[in-house]
Amino acid sequence: MHKIIRQGSLAAWPICLGYIPVGLALGVLAQQAGLPWWAVGMMSLLVFAGSAQFICVAMLAAAASPSAIILTTFMVNLRHLLMSSAMAVYLSGVKRSFLLLFSYGLTDESFAVNMTRFRSGQWDRCRALVVNHLANLVWLVSTIVGVLVGQFIPQGAFGIDYALIGMFICLLVFQLNGSVYVITAITALIVSVVWYLLVPGNSYIIVASVTSATIGYLIKRRNSKKDEIC
Amino acid sequence: MKFADYLYLFIGMGLVTYLPRAVPLTYLAHKKLPQWLIDWLSLIPVAILSALLAPILFADTVHRTFSFGKTELLVAIPTLLVALKTRSLGGTVILGMFLYWLAGLFL
Repeated sequence: MHKIIRQGSLAAWPICLGYIPVGLALGVLAQQAGLPWWAVGMMSLLVFAGSAQFICVAMLAAAASPSAIILTTFMVNLRHLLMSSAMAVYLSGVKRSFLLLFSYGLTDESFAVNMTRFRSGQWDRCRALVVNHLANLVWLVSTIVGVLVGQFIPQGAFGIDYALIGMFICLLVFQLNGSVYVITAITALIVSVVWYLLVPGNSYIIVASVTSATIGYLIKRRNSKKDEIC
Repeated sequence: MKFADYLYLFIGMGLVTYLPRAVPLTYLAHKKLPQWLIDWLSLIPVAILSALLAPILFADTVHRTFSFGKTELLVAIPTLLVALKTRSLGGTVILGMFLYWLAGLFL
């Protein structure tokens, strides 16, 4: 038990480090928008989705309707459909109650860390669950602290704003297991930037991921057919 | 807004966030997945990571315009090289933060 928590925490610390400045920033904005600390805590607990929470605070400040906020949240978080599907490959046959608990903590960050670990083979669902829930705890505390004392903390201290970017870059490198993966990454990069510049909202994540994974898959299939002939 | 207003709003947001996270996993984990789907899904992590990073590195996220040479991109190059060389997540994150902090002082 101790070992599981320790190894899960070791995997989760870059996420936690990255969540602190983001959570604090959210708390500061929420406080400026007039949200009390308990509302921010309730949101972090019930929703647990960074970008959607930022959008919610901005929309509340602009007096948007609850239905508009919920619809926007739905659009922003649709990308998790893909992550949830990809996770199923490694959690096949696990009992449903565990999966329902696990899904709560499925974020961009925990997905990236857990998938990389699962692929390396030295990972299991309990350690993955520790990553999810530890990240959630740090997020919850950071956002509440942000409301209460956020405006007294200097921004950008020690380059902490780069923690999540650095983590994503490194995890991307870990995923590059052959030329098909490199081609997929480059395709995703190009499609993502072009779509991001042309289309408002954040559909660029889903569009770029699906397009590049499909192109990568077709190349992989063509290559393996060639191998069969030769 | 009162307590109940916040509660209903966040329950609504929570539901539309939780369902896309939970439904595919709980459904697919108890299905025999065809090989083509496993192959396709194996490319999803690298695709999502690249798609998430791309605008951070190559676009001005305030005005949503193309930008080449952002601090984030300049720092990403040594960070990427260190990740390739050391394959250490912790070391890469710390180095990226340090370089970003240095860049903030000088650029």
